[in-house]
Amino acid sequence: MAYQAESYETIVIGAGHAGCEAALATARKGHETLLLAINLDSVAMMPCNPSIGGTGKGHLVREIDALGGEMGKNIDATMIQCKMLNTGKGPAVHSLRAQADKKAYQFRMKEVIENTPHLTLRQQEATKLIIEDGAVTGVQVRTGATYACKTCVVCTGTYLNGKIFMGEVQYSGGPNGMFPAQFLSDSLRDAGFDLQRFKTGTPARVDEKTLDYSKMKVQKGDDEITPFSFETDHIDIDQIDCYLTYTNEKTHKIIRDNLDRSPLVTGDVVGVGPRYCPSIETKVVRFADKDHHQMFMEPEGLHTREVYVQGMSSCLPEEVQIALYRTVPGMEHVQFMRSAYAIEYDCIHPTALKATLESKDVKGLFFAGQINGTSGYEEAGAQGIVAGINAGLLLEKAEPMILDRSQAYIGVLIDDIINEDATEPYRMMTSRAEYRLLLRQDNADLRLTPIGRKVGLISDKRYARFLKKKADIEAEKQRLKETVISPSDKLNAILTELGTAPVNSGVSMAQLLKRPELSYEKLAAVDAGRPELSKAVREEVEIQIKYDGYIQKQLRQVVQFKKLEEKRIPEGVPYDDIEGLRLEAIEKLKSVRPMSIGQASRISGVNPADIAVLHVYLESHRELYQK
Amino acid sequence: MIQILNDDVIAAISTPAGTGGIGIVRLSGEKAFEIADRIYRSPSGQKVSKMASHTIHYGHVFNADGRVIDEVMLTVMRAPKTYTRENIVEINCHGGSTVLNMVLQTVIDAGARLANPGEFTERAFINGRIDLSEAEAVMDVIDAKTEAGVAYSINQLSGGLSKKYEAIDKGLLHLLTYIDAALDYPEYDVEEVTERELDENIRHLTGEVEDLLQSAKVGKIMRDGIDTVILGEPNVGKSSLMNKLFREDKALVTNIPGTTRDTIEDYINIGGVPFHIIDTAGIRETSDVIERMGVERAKQMVGQAELVLFITDVSRETSKDREAWQNLLRDKKVLYIYNKSDLIDGAAQSELKEDLKDNEVILSIKTEAGLEKLKHKMVKMAIDSETVQPADNPVVSNVRHISLLKKVRTDLQSAYASLSSGMTMDIIEIDLKEALDHLRQITGKSIGDDIIDQIFANFCLGK
Repeated sequence: MAYQAESYETIVIGAGHAGCEAALATARKGHETLLLAINLDSVAMMPCNPSIGGTGKGHLVREIDALGGEMGKNIDATMIQCKMLNTGKGPAVHSLRAQADKKAYQFRMKEVIENTPHLTLRQQEATKLIIEDGAVTGVQVRTGATYACKTCVVCTGTYLNGKIFMGEVQYSGGPNGMFPAQFLSDSLRDAGFDLQRFKTGTPARVDEKTLDYSKMKVQKGDDEITPFSFETDHIDIDQIDCYLTYTNEKTHKIIRDNLDRSPLVTGDVVGVGPRYCPSIETKVVRFADKDHHQMFMEPEGLHTREVYVQGMSSCLPEEVQIALYRTVPGMEHVQFMRSAYAIEYDCIHPTALKATLESKDVKGLFFAGQINGTSGYEEAGAQGIVAGINAGLLLEKAEPMILDRSQAYIGVLIDDIINEDATEPYRMMTSRAEYRLLLRQDNADLRLTPIGRKVGLISDKRYARFLKKKADIEAEKQRLKETVISPSDKLNAILTELGTAPVNSGVSMAQLLKRPELSYEKLAAVDAGRPELSKAVREEVEIQIKYDGYIQKQLRQVVQFKKLEEKRIPEGVPYDDIEGLRLEAIEKLKSVRPMSIGQASRISGVNPADIAVLHVYLESHRELYQK
Repeated sequence: MIQILNDDVIAAISTPAGTGGIGIVRLSGEKAFEIADRIYRSPSGQKVSKMASHTIHYGHVFNADGRVIDEVMLTVMRAPKTYTRENIVEINCHGGSTVLNMVLQTVIDAGARLANPGEFTERAFINGRIDLSEAEAVMDVIDAKTEAGVAYSINQLSGGLSKKYEAIDKGLLHLLTYIDAALDYPEYDVEEVTERELDENIRHLTGEVEDLLQSAKVGKIMRDGIDTVILGEPNVGKSSLMNKLFREDKALVTNIPGTTRDTIEDYINIGGVPFHIIDTAGIRETSDVIERMGVERAKQMVGQAELVLFITDVSRETSKDREAWQNLLRDKKVLYIYNKSDLIDGAAQSELKEDLKDNEVILSIKTEAGLEKLKHKMVKMAIDSETVQPADNPVVSNVRHISLLKKVRTDLQSAYASLSSGMTMDIIEIDLKEALDHLRQITGKSIGDDIIDQIFANFCLGK
């Protein structure tokens, strides 16, 4: 029966990618932390694709690492293939993606958690939030225990009122065969949170023995692996291969013939699914003129024959799924191990949150991951570390950590979700970042490690190493700017050889490096005094010099952006009483409660005239708010 | 996203729209005096930057070519005791709305940026200037701003122009969608934009913007006035007409045919419409080499003219010369002026008046009879010629359009330069996005999720 159990400073509900980062952040900051999971075999589980990273997402992982999080190190330790995407394009869009050994990923994360001081891991289903005087004070679990806490981070993923769909077969369930969390939704509603239903799906896992890879196109990893973590020097593994194949007209016909059995069509699924993870039936219907769709075979680990079939997520009935998979070259005799399904779950409107991810109304209550309407392991981890850090800072009564759009993809993500009520699960993409050239994956440490240090997640050793790297970059940039070579037949012969124009007056190495035809490596031939430097330093120097003009352009844009961000809006502004604000703007401002004029200007439905009215109101009432 | 704050100098017309009377162009910013010095000259030659704070000065505003735009009173106010707590220059103009817009355009050409609606107020706020006592005045500004915002919306634009903006918008969005889809989904079989396509598309869009800038006729008129050529046989009163219009001795006037050796030009504001008036050498085939050059040039001027004032002497017979000019005048808007009506008798005048057409006017430069009628017809013909929009159109928004279109052009040129120097798509995208952002400031739409929406509408992507 109900009983009072021990007290913690922070309780994290859910041990998925958000929960793990949140719990590690508070515990590493020295706060007694309890991490709850419905099933301890689901810690850091990857119920969908067996990979970490990708465009935009890879940036997030490197940022989590730069702040002192675990995701980067965990994938470095458990990856079975790695690829830097977009290498043919500019440095802003280079993105890392690695295939994970799913079980190894889980085991390692669980091991790290179990061995972190101040962190207690417990298999319990949270059923109720205890809220007193507008602040969270405890969490009750299904066994009857109540744990007291000062802060709480809710990371329930797709567990909350989870419902599984496979054609006509529909039942309550969590991800990947786990139990759903069936009680916490009511408690959240009681606490004043408005819940919505989102939907996502996953394809089948198939038996590798029944695939014919000879009919598919091999997809290999990079020869030289770039690690995710700035602390990992080198990764040397035997990489597995992935395979590419395509659907065809036969596949599409089966889908069209059975569309009436899809819960998406019958209307049984009410949750809104993401456009970027469409089910195969959605693809066939929406892009009817496309005669084939890509499918990637991605092994789930080194000790299993299960293969994830990327591109074939579906909630058609099981027998239809099997039939349509078997129309694909190389999959004629495929055997399913786990069927594809769609899952619908409860999430909050993230506009109820501050940029710290703390609730605007319940003190100490934070939210991170899919409950905030996002999708993806990396998006979850990114929010987890921000929520964890801020929960810790709240306990310490310290200034919160807020990353803005010019500092990090994490900042873009949080700013997007808290200002614009998403109508579908939110996925990070590089095109969401205005200052993409500044927010590169290669400089995540330069951008964020000083912040990670400030909040207490970067060790002395790591910080010293970081400062050395930074100094090396500056020194080498300076050297390249100061090293001037005079024109000579020999130099011009080399330049011509490298495919670039000869010079007829003295030129610095930095000037040469700016030429599109030349690279740092190529310039070695004319740069005798070059010091020994790490690959990361060389790369950084090259990017900073080569793209200097464009970087400066974006920096100028950031200066403008920052001015409005720094114009703070105090809490408790009576928007209803401000003369001149339009009704729509009043509603939006009341709901979002922006912290700055800059943030207010990004709320959809608030126009420049409203911003000016607000501006003037604040100024004319400044004395009132200074008291 | 809006950009309210800036370190640059902002400028706007700070008096209500409408023709006639005095209007004020206001500049605010650290470098307001420097910009004022580029366009303003006082008779004493004193520099604006040297003038004492809160003083008022007489002088002229010139454009880049050294032409006088208007006779003005200029007020100098030094930071911090100003409305915005920045350096402020107020130019009090006299020439009505069109001249006011020309002055604004000149100031922008000299390096100021057109203020966003309400931006003076926002600067005042940012710099801690506004207090409660001024709240009322400020709210007025904001009311004006909201109206202006409405006026800027695409629906207010004339149909053809709005279609052009839409086409450029669509072209940019198309490129951005394809670039971003390829960047965010590198492993999907997204059709990538080739460099050649980018090259062609960027050049095409630059051309479209260029055309718009060229054909933004109101803008052209505000910059250059309506090109008006005075034609006529020798000694019919061309230079006298010009002098009458300008009330000063611009051209040398004698009674010897062929005295005016070259074209003489100047600007005049009639009824709020600027005319760029060119006097030509007498129309007469001649063996005099110098005069011949003048005649050739006059022919060229007629080719470019938007309005021709063709003067004849009613007291004399029409010579064959006029017929020779009829070929050149065939497709031109011509206002026929029957001068020297004081030399013919009343009966002849009445006869003339009886079948007078809309594009004909009887005038005596000597007695000024018919002068007002002439001015009226000039304005009417200028407005009818579609080269000028009626004066009550939101002209300011057009100045705003021109300045933003110039930015779009710069962005496109910069994107093209990046492409030509072998930069990657993600770099080129920076300028293209900026171009779309500037274009959308004209039409009042925000980019928001448009690109992402287009990506998912056009491509089948995702696991």
